[in-house]
Amino acid sequence: MPPADRHLGARLLTHGSTLTFLRKVQHPSQHPVDRFAEDLARFEAVRGPFKRTRPYDTDSRIPVDGAGAGFSSKVSIGMSASYLLLVLIVLGLFGYYLGKSRAVAIPVTPESRLHSVPSYHGYFVALWAGVPAFLLLALWVMLEGWLIMALVLGAMPERLTNVGDQELSLLRATILNHANGIDTGQTLDPAIEAAAVHYTTLSSIGNWCILVLGSVGAMVGVRFALRQVSMSLRARNHVEQVINVVLILCSLVAIMTTVGIVLSLLFEAMLFLSHVHPYDFLFGLQWSPQIAIRADQVGSSGAFGAVPLFTGTLLISAVAMAVAVPIGLLSAIYMAEYAPPLVRSLAKPVLEILAGIPTVVYGFFAALTMAPFVRRVFGAEGLGFDVSSESALAAGVVMGIMIIPFVSSLSDDVINAVPQSLRDGSYGLGATKSETISQVLLPAALPGIVGAILLAVSRAIGETMIVTMAAGLSANLTANPFEAVTTVTVQIATLLVGDQEFDSPKTLSAFGLGLVLFVVTLLLNIIALWVVNKYREKYD
Amino acid sequence: MVSKMIDATTTPWVQVTAPGGGTGRIKIRSSGVKVYYGDKQALKGINLDIAENSVTALIGPSGCGKSTYLRCLNRMNDTIDRCRVEGTISLDGEDIYGRTIDTVQLRARVGMVFQKPNPFPKSIFDNVAYGPRIHGLARRIEDLEEIVQRSLERAGLWSEVKSRLLDPGTGLSGGQQQRLCIARAIAVNPEVILMDEPCSALDPIATAHIEELIDELRANYTIVIVTHNMQQAARVSQKTAFFHLGDLVEFNDTAEIFTNPRDDKTQGYITGRYG
Amino acid sequence: MTDIVQSVGEFATDSPADRRGWYQSEEFRQLLRRRYASEDRFRILGIAAIVLAAVILLVLLASIVAKGYPAFVQTEVRLDVTFEESVIDPSGSRDERALSGANYQRLIRSALQDIFPDATGRRVRRQLTDLVSIGAAFQLRDMVMSDPSLIGQTRELWVLASDDIDQFLKGNIACGTEHAARLGGQPCTVPENERRVNDRQVGWVDQLIVEERIRRSFNTVLFSAGDSREPELAGILGGVVGSLYTLLVCLLMAVPVGVAAAVYLEEFAPRNRWTGLIEVNINNLAAVPSIVFGLLGLSVLLNFFGLPRSAPLVGGIVLALMTLPTVIIASRAALKAVPPSIRDAALGVGASPYQVVSHHVLPLAAPGILTGTIIGMAQALGETAPLMMVGMIAFIVDIPAGFTDSATVLPVQIYMWSDSPERAFTERTSAAIMVLLGFLIAMNAVAIYLRKRFERRW
Repeated sequence: MPPADRHLGARLLTHGSTLTFLRKVQHPSQHPVDRFAEDLARFEAVRGPFKRTRPYDTDSRIPVDGAGAGFSSKVSIGMSASYLLLVLIVLGLFGYYLGKSRAVAIPVTPESRLHSVPSYHGYFVALWAGVPAFLLLALWVMLEGWLIMALVLGAMPERLTNVGDQELSLLRATILNHANGIDTGQTLDPAIEAAAVHYTTLSSIGNWCILVLGSVGAMVGVRFALRQVSMSLRARNHVEQVINVVLILCSLVAIMTTVGIVLSLLFEAMLFLSHVHPYDFLFGLQWSPQIAIRADQVGSSGAFGAVPLFTGTLLISAVAMAVAVPIGLLSAIYMAEYAPPLVRSLAKPVLEILAGIPTVVYGFFAALTMAPFVRRVFGAEGLGFDVSSESALAAGVVMGIMIIPFVSSLSDDVINAVPQSLRDGSYGLGATKSETISQVLLPAALPGIVGAILLAVSRAIGETMIVTMAAGLSANLTANPFEAVTTVTVQIATLLVGDQEFDSPKTLSAFGLGLVLFVVTLLLNIIALWVVNKYREKYD
Repeated sequence: MVSKMIDATTTPWVQVTAPGGGTGRIKIRSSGVKVYYGDKQALKGINLDIAENSVTALIGPSGCGKSTYLRCLNRMNDTIDRCRVEGTISLDGEDIYGRTIDTVQLRARVGMVFQKPNPFPKSIFDNVAYGPRIHGLARRIEDLEEIVQRSLERAGLWSEVKSRLLDPGTGLSGGQQQRLCIARAIAVNPEVILMDEPCSALDPIATAHIEELIDELRANYTIVIVTHNMQQAARVSQKTAFFHLGDLVEFNDTAEIFTNPRDDKTQGYITGRYG
Repeated sequence: MTDIVQSVGEFATDSPADRRGWYQSEEFRQLLRRRYASEDRFRILGIAAIVLAAVILLVLLASIVAKGYPAFVQTEVRLDVTFEESVIDPSGSRDERALSGANYQRLIRSALQDIFPDATGRRVRRQLTDLVSIGAAFQLRDMVMSDPSLIGQTRELWVLASDDIDQFLKGNIACGTEHAARLGGQPCTVPENERRVNDRQVGWVDQLIVEERIRRSFNTVLFSAGDSREPELAGILGGVVGSLYTLLVCLLMAVPVGVAAAVYLEEFAPRNRWTGLIEVNINNLAAVPSIVFGLLGLSVLLNFFGLPRSAPLVGGIVLALMTLPTVIIASRAALKAVPPSIRDAALGVGASPYQVVSHHVLPLAAPGILTGTIIGMAQALGETAPLMMVGMIAFIVDIPAGFTDSATVLPVQIYMWSDSPERAFTERTSAAIMVLLGFLIAMNAVAIYLRKRFERRW
């Protein structure tokens, strides 16, 4: 790869394998003057006018899965949308004052008065200004790309458009890139260039249209609503109906998110499972997702047996639980039953700070402090074990530290939910505190504590950064905590950072793993929440 | 006015005369007991003697301090952070707030039954065996079984639960649960049993059961019972103490209190004018 | 039965006098001592757990501060630079293009050679140039571009030292001399070929120290630059601004939607199977691993809707979906804390349910909602994995200027730096972590202040 090309083309190179490779391998020997040229190029990028390129190499990464990525010219529609929104806001305010003043102007007589207070008439008019035009805009934003592209393709010579799906989406992307001013450096068919110009023209016409249409629509809405303003207009009820719909829609967002997660994971995972048999995926013992680009290369087919990932995840989670459960539970017990107020007021922030530290910081701590420490203690100079530099132990211990506050705050809640009368009963019989705790409180709180631990396990399984930074990538099937293992989340992260090809099982396997992760954590959560709720009900 | 205030803080000693059944010995003697919750004074100096093997009822309107006083007798107030106790309470002549007394030992000797039945989430057997186990009352499982059986028998529950000793104690009815709690208290062989409104959460039949039980237990135990129910006090107790606003207003034989109260406040309370 | 009773001992009889016996016995006293000993052990276990947690926290923070605080100062070298016209603008046209394209590195090199005239030979000169950062050339270029009259003059300048020299003087490359030791250098323990700074360079640095051409100053680059391959030129501003844009999107989406959803569920929703489903769903969503939200963003927002990769817009939406349950749960708790009597009072004077909520309940619940929101935002600020999935993990030099610009965020910046082999990046990573923690502490402090200030008990 010639240096100049690399630097100019990859100014915004996605951080991934390529970059890491360059940094690690080339940097030590790279001469400052070479670097100077490169930095000068960057300098231009910073200070001078520069043309934004897509963050990755366009031609090799055009999505070919038919999902239709990048279908509209974002800049122009963004502009027209923001102008239109501005117009709508102004018209809305204007409509509010018109409606309100019109309502105020209605004479009040002793026998009849306004159904709603004037400001509701204002809101009523403002809604008529905004809502229809906004819906129109939303419709346009969704349809614009498809519509214009269909027009453009229809106008093109048939020799170019009468091709297979994959070429067609390639063609679309080429036109789009050209229309958006992204220079891929290829020489293009004049017909495509013409189509790109056509596309640009059409889309700017369309965007102007929508700006004008939206504004006119809003004005018509204001006029219509103003006519409605009268003594008997139930403005408040109309406005409140709209509010109610909005509130319901908002509360459905959470459902939509879950549905989106499930559908997207299922869709991509199905694609993956059409390449790899589910049995091989779930029960295979070999994981090496790297697939050669050309079929004739060595090792052209990867192996997608996820068992080593599952065992790795379990191993690290087990280490984490071994750290988090005793410390978390004991500190919760101490805080709930023993600690004098002063100690509690000091210890609570400690746990809260531990809970607030971002996982990436824990990952850094695991990789740079805990891993060397574990090697020193257990390694050749210490206890003489063979400790890998990316041992499961280091990652697990730090993950456990991260989960301590989680276990302790949940257990604290659970222990506090045990009714005081049980404590009284035990103390009344002459039991000591520790006897009361171990023989009365803990058995009583056991279901709740089990629920808390399940939630913590689900958290450990889903944790990504600590393991990405401190655990390895090698999928070893082992139960030895001194060896390097990899986890489901690490694989998802590595497979999806950097190059993505949505037709290769390598990329798609991440979604298969994601589905497994989602299902497992969901089950754990449901069971845990159910157990905890049952427990709560018992003592309500 | 001044003399009245002095009067209010130092209730005159009431001589104990042996009522029917008791030994006549004084089991618990309290003098000048004051209790503070933070800055708030809950008891204003209580002088009260509790006779051995008899039932003493503490009555009075809500918030008068009778439960607080009861909880002083086995130092249950120690479990409340901001609570402070002054004055002396002696059990068989030994100051229970003194240095030599240990709360574990004290509570083994002075058992307690609470307002709401509070069986542990364990089996019926384990509920009763809990106390003997922690106090080392039985060295062998047979001994433990014996203690459990006798305690349940004494609490009048044996015949009802003997076939399901391993079922959870929380599965019993309210009245049974309360008797289980009494059995649990009896099992550690206490000398005194404190009962804090033991029947307030129970229906009339269960209440009658417990009242009978209290009367039977009187033979072997000194019982102090807090109650809101004046008929109950009249039925089960030999001595009654009337508390009002942290003061001990009147203490006398139960029959005397209910037929011939000396204080207007007592009179007002037992005739239902307030409370 | 009698034999059992006897074997149990005196306590098992009914006589009150005997009963007292066991609790007064020496045996019981011993048991009691054992019970109290185990009580003490238990208590000590609890204290140990708390102390351990505190010690871990301290070690964690101390290790980061110890690694990171040197990054707040940076080594500079004083050079006498002659802005030679023959190098910068041989044609004399003062054309901007010519000025910006000139080889400023040569000026630096000749300034260094003026100090060390003995450095001859291509390799040696290259090592000499390595003392000074690439950034020095930019500095010269900036100066000339803003004031072309400099050409032909000589100026005394402080320029950045290269990261190797900086690290060497901070004691991280173990070979220092007597002079370097004054600035923190460590004695020579590593063979020359395993070091980033060779003996010749050590000698030069020594001479620079003696000539007082080396100083430490506050590291402004760290706070004013974007990412760079050169540690000494890399800053966190790009990440901070990216985080800001991303959080802004997250805030604008999560708060209105979250509060509206909470209001609906708490105040208006009928209690039926549907709202029950929504509630269960929200609770479960709160416990879905964050990386799954990243997968959602990748597959739906990027691939399906075709939103731009690496953009704060997409990152913000993903974080908003992730924070939504937190905001909803906190807002519901705040709404629940408003006593029903207030609603009844407002309804009683003829307000519609919506008026009750907007005029009375929401204002009273606002502090609680705000506190929950800030805590949710603090979580979002520290989130890394889902943003990696939507491509916010990119080597981006320029500071993002909008919601659709390619950007990265502070935690991802930390991740990328922590992956870099240069020693100087470790230092910068820790410094970036300190900044991130600073932001988080500030946000949480505001939340705690709000909670204390507006806490109300009914």
